[in-house]
Amino acid sequence: MSVKPIIPGRNGLPMPSRRRFVQGLVAAGAATQIGFLPSPGWALKSPDTPVVLSGTEFDLAIGESSVNFSGRARTAVTVNGSLPAPLLRWREGTTVNVRVSNALPKGSVFGHETSIHWHGILLPANMDGVPGLSFAGIHTGETYHYRFTLRQGGTYWYHSHSGFQEQAGLYGALIIDPIEPEPFSFDRDYVVMLSDWTDMDPGRLFARLKKMPGYDNHYKRTLGDFLRDARRDGLAETIEDRKLWGAMRMTPTDLSDVNANTYTYLMNGTTSLGNWTGLFRSGEKVRLRFINGSSMTHFDVRIPGLKMTVVAADGQYVHPVTVDEFRIAAAETFDVIVEPSGQDAFTIFAQDLGRTGHVSGTLAVREGLRAPVPQVDARPILSMADMGHGGMDHASMDHAAMDHAAMGHSMPGMLQHPPGEGSNPLVDMQTMAPTASLDDPGIGLRDNGRTVLSYAMLKSAFADPDGREPGREIELHLTGHMERFSWGFNGQKFADAEPLRLNYGERMRIVLVNDTMMTHPIHLHGMWSDLEDEHGNFMVRKHTVDMPPGTRRSYRVRADALGDWAYHCHLLYHMEAGMMRTVRVEE
Amino acid sequence: MSTRRIVLSTLALALAPCLGLAQTTATPTDVHAHKHAARDSSDPPAPAVDHSKMDHSKMDHSTMDHSTMDHSTMDHSTMDHSKMDHSKMDHSKMDHSTMDHSKAASADVPVTPIPVPTDADRVAAKPPSGGMHSMHGDSLQSFVQFNRLEGYSGDGPGGMAWEGQAWVGGDIHKLWLRSEGERAGGHTEGADLEVLYGRAVAPWWDFVVGMRHDFQPGPAQDFVALGVQGLAPYKFEVAATAYIGESGQTAARLEVEYELLLTNRLVLQPLVELEAHGKSDARRGIGSGLSSIEAGLRLRYEVTRQFAPYLGIVREQALGRTADFARAGDEPAIDTRWVAGVRFWF
Repeated sequence: MSVKPIIPGRNGLPMPSRRRFVQGLVAAGAATQIGFLPSPGWALKSPDTPVVLSGTEFDLAIGESSVNFSGRARTAVTVNGSLPAPLLRWREGTTVNVRVSNALPKGSVFGHETSIHWHGILLPANMDGVPGLSFAGIHTGETYHYRFTLRQGGTYWYHSHSGFQEQAGLYGALIIDPIEPEPFSFDRDYVVMLSDWTDMDPGRLFARLKKMPGYDNHYKRTLGDFLRDARRDGLAETIEDRKLWGAMRMTPTDLSDVNANTYTYLMNGTTSLGNWTGLFRSGEKVRLRFINGSSMTHFDVRIPGLKMTVVAADGQYVHPVTVDEFRIAAAETFDVIVEPSGQDAFTIFAQDLGRTGHVSGTLAVREGLRAPVPQVDARPILSMADMGHGGMDHASMDHAAMDHAAMGHSMPGMLQHPPGEGSNPLVDMQTMAPTASLDDPGIGLRDNGRTVLSYAMLKSAFADPDGREPGREIELHLTGHMERFSWGFNGQKFADAEPLRLNYGERMRIVLVNDTMMTHPIHLHGMWSDLEDEHGNFMVRKHTVDMPPGTRRSYRVRADALGDWAYHCHLLYHMEAGMMRTVRVEE
Repeated sequence: MSTRRIVLSTLALALAPCLGLAQTTATPTDVHAHKHAARDSSDPPAPAVDHSKMDHSKMDHSTMDHSTMDHSTMDHSTMDHSKMDHSKMDHSKMDHSTMDHSKAASADVPVTPIPVPTDADRVAAKPPSGGMHSMHGDSLQSFVQFNRLEGYSGDGPGGMAWEGQAWVGGDIHKLWLRSEGERAGGHTEGADLEVLYGRAVAPWWDFVVGMRHDFQPGPAQDFVALGVQGLAPYKFEVAATAYIGESGQTAARLEVEYELLLTNRLVLQPLVELEAHGKSDARRGIGSGLSSIEAGLRLRYEVTRQFAPYLGIVREQALGRTADFARAGDEPAIDTRWVAGVRFWF
């Protein structure tokens, strides 16, 4: 594949007419429907840049391509020269053969080895695409033959599991058409893949996080904020607040580690300026398959003027629920149905959780239209309650002097922390009274006047497919140290931890407690995560469970897949910094 | 072990339809029981079914011969269930009270059966030979920072000074370099370099141990260094180090730094440095006891995170016997100077 996709950036290309042409071409190409109607976009699409590949036989070549999202040409890791990688369209019940070859040049900054992980797909362990766990990786010049039978339908995605290649562009949509008819109808079908792009070499970005984790936080509270708060809340209360955060040595504006100061957000591989456009005719039902292919970004998505009916989460049907807005964690997918009418154009608006930037696209009756793009919302600030420190008298608390180990945990309802966490140099915080908070839409989304999706609204459209009560329970605490940029489970990094062992066939429960102030989307490979409510009742089947700070959430796992599986935070740099475990399912 | 479980599940599966009624009655009770077990995390998790109480030891399957069974001739097609009359069945006489649900195999049967692993599954589940997953969390990183690189002018002759640190290592173990010094009038007034092993011992503290080499003042000398550095509550950056010299000299140095954000780019950095010595050292103008205190206030503007020019004022005061040495040498015990410099890291 010699063609390098030209993608318009902020500064675009020199000639305005040329730039418009290229933008139009890319928008039309990206907007090509995947649905059942013939698309007006096909004719415009460059024949050398396949967007949709379907069938059962696939040849994918992973290599480097030149892209330009910021006005500067940069090198991306692409599949068949395209970013995002080609949309793969499969059919449930068929066996697919995907030959993935490593065409990365020698000495590539992205490494000599590559891989593709099929996110959320049930398959044999050696097809899962995690180097070192499922296979040896695909080395320069090699081809790996993935072959597996599809046992599910829905919206999924795929990405590299090698180094930082996912950040550099190796992600694409995966759609599996189900055997049974879907329980909803629609006239058009689009993938909306959100992602975060950086011009930096991702390896350097990781190194930067290690040197200065707060690099991107340009929103720390200043002297001016102190004076404003003192006027508003009183001097004593403001000092008290600053003392609380100071005692913990933390910053309430730490919402995400990498934000729009580093990232350019993309929708279907194009910037807001590129304006990805999905076409509709008034009154049609449009299915939008949202996929968050970001490395480090939670997006809050809405389409001003339209209600969205969520019909599937992580590829699995849910009882339809109608909302104005939803938060989508890295690696999650939501299928929504919208019925645009009364306007020629609607803006699809996705802002990051930290409110530092956004990406937008358009649903329109024809190419070239735009609707008003909203401002990014006001930046939220973390509260003690957000971190599970609510309902206690903080004024009298001295965090520095707290000795969790000596507390004996005899207090009823008091949280028990794993022994390895106490005075562990890699654990900077422990939550005190975490809650499931399933009905909480999340920080920055509360009481915003819109109906916002929460996990409590997600109910699988089917009963618990396993039905058994969990036979045992494993509790894991998500831990980390903001200043050292070290992350792990129970205070242990992947490098230092033994695999979690599951017995083949068992039904068990994983309880997660977030002892950090970050939001972590936790993904278990190979098996479903059946999220439960506070009382242990099955709610919704997912492959990625988002864990906001101060939460304790549980899900059931049916250990029906032999082998070693990756289990990790889907924020790429958290995983790289250690927030990962091997789950070993054995007979 | 595994075969036994499979036999059991198969058995249970086969029995399930026959026990249909019993099963439905049994399930809610079980759900209840297990939930209690699951919520009480202080207790060891209760298995859904306790097979340990089952005694299969007396079972003798060895004489069973299934080889002559011929299922191929079975013809179920002529079975007519429609004639079955269940209406005469009287369930009222059934006594469920004596059923022991704790051992009910039915609760252990998943709605979707667990597939029996095949040899192909086992082969697919084998981890790659020699393939090691990249050790997430084990990366080697480095950091170099000139906290102060400045020129100064004050009561005495002008000069330049530096203070910097660097580390290379992981989250727990690091090799540290620290250096501080001053040049004036074309010669080095004081310069030291510390090479330290640092180990994270608490969430906010690293323990350091190593060597300090003084190039100036006076002839070069070496110390063993021992200290802590980290972030104190309220985000004061602290480094406290004790030194034992080859000459029997002992010393201690405490440095405390704070960052006050006027804006997210304009940062006021107060700094206090205290030094004490165990013995007087006339050659170097050092007196025993608390020897000097330095207080600085620097206002920097972060053009980028990595590069920030600054202006500041520093007041250094010799104390006690050190001040006497200074006065004897016709030098002021108190020195106030303006500084201008850059702070940068990479």
